[in-house]
Amino acid sequence: MYLLRRGWAELKNEVFVLPSRTLVLAWVVALLALPAVYGDAYVLRILTMTCLFAIFAASWDLLAGYTGQVNFGHALFFGAGAYTSALLSLRLGVSPWVTIWAGAAVATLVGVFVGYLCLRLRGSYLSLATLAFPLIALGLLFAFPGFSGGELGISGLRRLALTPMANYYIAAVSMLAIVFALWKLAGSKFGIVLHAIRDDEVAARASGINTPRYKLAVFAVSAAAAGFAGALLAHYIRIAGPSSLEVALSFQVVIWGIFGGVATIYGPVAAVFLLYPLTEWLGSFRAVGELRLLAFAVIVLLVLLFMPRGLAPWVRDRIEAQCPRCKQRNGAWKRLCRLCGAPLKAEVARAQRLVGHQ
Amino acid sequence: MLQDILVTGLVNGGVYALLAIGFSLIFGVARIVNIAHTAFYMLAAYCFYALLVKANLGFVLSAVIAVGAVTLVAVVCYRLVIEPVREHEAAVLIATIALALIFQELMLLTFGGHYLGIPSTLEGVVRVLGVSIPYQRLLILVVAAAALTLVWFVLYRTRLGLAIRATANDLEVANLMGMNVNRVAMATVAISVALAAVAGVVVAPVFVVDPFMWLAPLVTMLAIVVLGGLGSLKGSLIGALIIGYVEAITVFALPAGAYLKGAVALLIMVAVLLARPEGLFGVAFEEER
Repeated sequence: MYLLRRGWAELKNEVFVLPSRTLVLAWVVALLALPAVYGDAYVLRILTMTCLFAIFAASWDLLAGYTGQVNFGHALFFGAGAYTSALLSLRLGVSPWVTIWAGAAVATLVGVFVGYLCLRLRGSYLSLATLAFPLIALGLLFAFPGFSGGELGISGLRRLALTPMANYYIAAVSMLAIVFALWKLAGSKFGIVLHAIRDDEVAARASGINTPRYKLAVFAVSAAAAGFAGALLAHYIRIAGPSSLEVALSFQVVIWGIFGGVATIYGPVAAVFLLYPLTEWLGSFRAVGELRLLAFAVIVLLVLLFMPRGLAPWVRDRIEAQCPRCKQRNGAWKRLCRLCGAPLKAEVARAQRLVGHQ
Repeated sequence: MLQDILVTGLVNGGVYALLAIGFSLIFGVARIVNIAHTAFYMLAAYCFYALLVKANLGFVLSAVIAVGAVTLVAVVCYRLVIEPVREHEAAVLIATIALALIFQELMLLTFGGHYLGIPSTLEGVVRVLGVSIPYQRLLILVVAAAALTLVWFVLYRTRLGLAIRATANDLEVANLMGMNVNRVAMATVAISVALAAVAGVVVAPVFVVDPFMWLAPLVTMLAIVVLGGLGSLKGSLIGALIIGYVEAITVFALPAGAYLKGAVALLIMVAVLLARPEGLFGVAFEEER
């Protein structure tokens, strides 16, 4: 009983005071409760894929948004995870429950390798150089079709679970766990160092931060998450094909990340949850099925014109306001800061007029 | 075989140089990583196809109209889509990706996904050093050389070129010196896309035209630009020739070379970057803060 009361108090004081946290809680509950309420196999399939791509997008954000290593070849890690897991489980007959971890491990190694090669590159150079790696891998796959299955890929994989609902829960729970872990990591001291590296690497190094080690660590973590997602997806759709390495997938994750808002973790996840079902839904109409990618691009373009910083920061600015004194966030309807009692809006505007700066 | 390599490398290198120099220009002046650059090349090829095969306008006329129309489309796109989000680099990036996807889908809708062939604009071959070169490929080379000379002339012998180079050097100072940097950026967009469109028109009769033809050259072009040094025109030209020859050698000399040509070209790029992170002719400038 005490624990229940304590839990309720925590919920009321920490979650319900901020609309964004309430939204996230509602989303988590909806995600976990959905199959019990509405267990349509098609919807579950789409949501399973959405969850897996959400992991992928969140891992990209840690690397590109926080650390500023804007990776144009993130599909490499996804594909490395998918192919490793597929090859191990099909050729050696290992259970997919084991090979998924092997896939993530290999993806981590690939991530460290790419990160090591890219340590000295910055900005656009890094983006364009990373674009090359998945294509090199793709060329190798096509050149040795006996090993990799060539253009057809490796099909006939075993699923992790038999029912759609079990598969859905595997994807949803791993998505929630990984995204939460990434979000925690990004908010920790480690994450602050990453911000510093992105904003000014020289200054970060001058402050005694071993930036190469941090960059390698981020590449490893991000690649591990992406590889895990790739392996899960390969076992879910039962094929690991060249499409998991294509430029289109790398660009897709860049679009998700920037559309949702970089350096937030939740932004890209929100973007995937909006855009992926949207494109699938558009594709289900006969008339607009062919227009689906077109509609996708137009929507992204229009949304960007109005919210150039991305969707999640824009929404957050609408429903929340930052306290000018203690920098804590408050619901936008509040007049006084919930923690320090400082007035939030009107007075601030006057003060700004008086002082004339900021 | 040696002669084949020499000729193919030169012709492909010419096409790549047209694309890479345009991309480099626009990056240097406006700091835009224009993913849609090769989409305009694809658009020009389709435009040329429509005017030549469907409307029967004749080669020269359709080529000129195609280049002009695509340049116009690019300038309009720049004004409507890129300029409002110029300050947000990330937004510019995915705006150009979205533009490329939009063009791809529009072409897919209007012309369908199958390969379209364009009849050769020039028939016949010329024999040089025992290799027969079709006039069509020779035309690519001549047009590429002419276009590059023209660009060189504009950049280094006119006031507009001076403004473009000044803006590329330092945008703020150019602005303070009274140049209209927005207009300069727009002129650069026009020049750069016109180069891509010229490339699209001349290769259309040699390659096949399909809505996905922008992806492969996009990657090669990015490799070239990075290899040569971002924003460096000389680097782009030399990088284009290097990659053109590397691809030709891979295709002719290695088994399964057609699959590996992209991989080998990209490996060269990665190798150069490891030795010189700013590319062959890039300047290692301090980070802009």
